[in-house]
Amino acid sequence: MKKNSMEIKFKALAENEPFARNVVAGFILPLNPSLNELDDIKTAVSEAITNVVVHAYPQNTGYVTMKVTTQDNYVTISIVDNGIGIQDIERALTPFYTSKPNEERSGMGFTVMESFMDKLEVISNGSGVTVKMGKAIEKKVAGL
Amino acid sequence: MQIKSRIVNKTLYILLSGELDEYTAPNVRKTLDTMLETEKGFIQIVLDLSELTFMDSTGVGVLIGRYKKMREKNKPIFITNPSRNAERIFKMSGLYEIMPKIV
Repeated sequence: MKKNSMEIKFKALAENEPFARNVVAGFILPLNPSLNELDDIKTAVSEAITNVVVHAYPQNTGYVTMKVTTQDNYVTISIVDNGIGIQDIERALTPFYTSKPNEERSGMGFTVMESFMDKLEVISNGSGVTVKMGKAIEKKVAGL
Repeated sequence: MQIKSRIVNKTLYILLSGELDEYTAPNVRKTLDTMLETEKGFIQIVLDLSELTFMDSTGVGVLIGRYKKMREKNKPIFITNPSRNAERIFKMSGLYEIMPKIV
């Protein structure tokens, strides 16, 4: 399958989370994902957007850019913000770590992304955070 | 998100229907807390997730928050019918250690 890509930008608001995960799900449908694969990807996208909504813009609401690329049976998703960044990525990736312990947060967001996707990369460069995730969609036998 | 409750044999059954994420979490917290405060005559809670169509790790935070409130009143919470992904997130987070799964 030839390479395909899309990019959208929307406000980092919690109400845009269902929109974001369903956009990704719709975009990757030509790869014929299973329901489980769709659920995995939707959950990982939701975790990444939640991080932006909760952490990236403490003063004002900013924007999140979501880029999705498909090639052959592989999906790559980038969630990009221009917020305050992550000071200590290693600590942020630690299961159960949360910088907001008083807000009933599980600190499991990155752990879920890592578990539900095949690849996770987190980059914080002073002008925001990029979360890049990849997952191979299992090729189905025709007719099944 | 719709939340319904009924009491049978001193057990408060709560059915969550819809999606639980950062967007719906505040309302879910508020509704559950109101139910847990106003319902009378129950000694334990069963959260039925059979109609929960989506949940991310925000749901774990919501459930742990309710667990802490009910622990003070000595009322255990059990989980039943989680989806495949909810189950994975619960196992990953160790939630079943404090809110056991029942069949």
